[in-house]
Amino acid sequence: MHVNAFDHYHFHDSLIHRLDARVKVVVTVAFILSNAVLPDGSWLAFAVAWLVLLLANDLSRLGLVYTFRRSFIVLPFVLVAVTAIFSPAGNPLAEWHLGFITLIPTDFGVVRFFSILIRSWLSVQMAVLLVGTTPFPDLIHAFEHLRLPRVLTTIIAFLYRYLFVLTDEALRLLRAREARSAGLPGQKRGGRLAWRAKVTGSMVGQLFLRSYERSDRIYNAMLARGYTGHLRTLNPHVMNRLDWSMLVLAFFCLILIQLVGWVR
Amino acid sequence: MLLSPAPLHIPDGFLNLVVSLIFWMATVTMVGLAISKTNQSLGERQIPLMGVMAAFIFAAQMLNFPVAGGTSGHFLGGALAAIVLGPWAGILVMTAVVAVQALLFQDGGLLVMGANIFNMGILTALIGFGLYRMVVTRDKGIRLAVAGLGAWIATMAAALSTSLQLWLSSTTRLEIVVPAMLGVHALIGVGEALITVAALAFIEQTRPDLLTMEKSAASGGRGWIFAGVFISLLAVLLAPLASGNPDGLERVAEDLGFLAVGLNAPYEILPEYTIPVLGETALSTVFAGMVGALVLLGLLILIGRSLRSSTQDT
Repeated sequence: MHVNAFDHYHFHDSLIHRLDARVKVVVTVAFILSNAVLPDGSWLAFAVAWLVLLLANDLSRLGLVYTFRRSFIVLPFVLVAVTAIFSPAGNPLAEWHLGFITLIPTDFGVVRFFSILIRSWLSVQMAVLLVGTTPFPDLIHAFEHLRLPRVLTTIIAFLYRYLFVLTDEALRLLRAREARSAGLPGQKRGGRLAWRAKVTGSMVGQLFLRSYERSDRIYNAMLARGYTGHLRTLNPHVMNRLDWSMLVLAFFCLILIQLVGWVR
Repeated sequence: MLLSPAPLHIPDGFLNLVVSLIFWMATVTMVGLAISKTNQSLGERQIPLMGVMAAFIFAAQMLNFPVAGGTSGHFLGGALAAIVLGPWAGILVMTAVVAVQALLFQDGGLLVMGANIFNMGILTALIGFGLYRMVVTRDKGIRLAVAGLGAWIATMAAALSTSLQLWLSSTTRLEIVVPAMLGVHALIGVGEALITVAALAFIEQTRPDLLTMEKSAASGGRGWIFAGVFISLLAVLLAPLASGNPDGLERVAEDLGFLAVGLNAPYEILPEYTIPVLGETALSTVFAGMVGALVLLGLLILIGRSLRSSTQDT
């Protein structure tokens, strides 16, 4: 498995790709925050926010459908929010009788449901755009520059660095289990559920020990190469004029969205 | 990829701002304590270890086993991480895992990450380690049984806490979400418990030096027992109340004033929850949330201090 097997970064050259990772992180978080602050049912403001998202999408040259395709990850949670339609706070719109349950959708509830849906849909797309245009190591350094505790960013950097190694290890364990699980066609393989869980638990324990012992070797190897407690980068991470102006422009857009949302 | 989303990661937009901020505060406090605690007691050697352990939790979530009907059980890992690495390191490891799940895979949102870390990292570590710490001197069978119980309760508590957060954000109806979430996670929790027990048994057989009593005592004092038992009891008592008698819980929340902050914000804020100068704007909702968060912060600092001082005693 390749070291970048898990990164969703897309190699391209665009304005958004060249921006400093700090700007992208701050703008993404501010955009999500702005969506959260907008009142329910401010459809016009949601539309403006969507336009801003489309603009950023267009500038990134990833194609307009890229973030849309990956935004379906929130679908399971839509199921949770559906019940908001039947919120008791509001005027009833109809009455549905399903067997012995009576469901009463209300105007407040419907507005609330679609607002939640749109907020989530916009927010997740901006986050998808962030990782699509920023290599993950740059993202970690951006968080470090934004004064996140170094312990945490270093742990995350190690997590990312060794994720593919341990995933390979896990795949090896799965392959080994597959190789030892012979079975006749049409006949049930394996033992009872508890037995299968026990096998999986032993695999987890085995993976733990391999990881634990590997981390020892990693530490020794890093010491040998002059590790002093934090990770360095060759990237200077300097904010230039373009970064600042894009930051200001983005905040101008967000203020516009808020004005549209709150002033009627 | 093979990493399938666990059903506990709340995406952005599903929690309102106040609830998100309150849980960010709680998470930042606990993670801050964990960082200062690990800085004191552990060397720089510990950082690569925690990073690789976080990657281990991630990779271990791929190891699934077939359950009936095409579904498969897999592993969340919070309780196991806290038992093996100690509670503070466990919290940091799970924080890194949840953060990377959100950043890299959009599995969980950024603004709601505080709530996600709280549910999957902090609650699971408190319960998993707290219960295990209680029986750490007993013989193997009892320890493994309690570890399994802790893993199951931790999963249920995470599911319950997720449902309550969604309900406080008026995203969902309590009487539907609590039975649904708890029902699903009662099964997931059994898988979690079985895997945790089997993994611990395996580690104990091959590397018993990693699970000694001195190590557990060094990584967390007796305060953890009280915290773990208290939160487990709270979850165990709250769950049937919430699923069987949602009106009762709603009543309690109303009496405590939670519902006014949660249910109507930021759409329609009750007069007593707005700041007159600011009017009914998002700003005053944020302010109301801040006040709630500060109260919680004070409470958590008290808990943290008691955990800390008892750590130094032992």
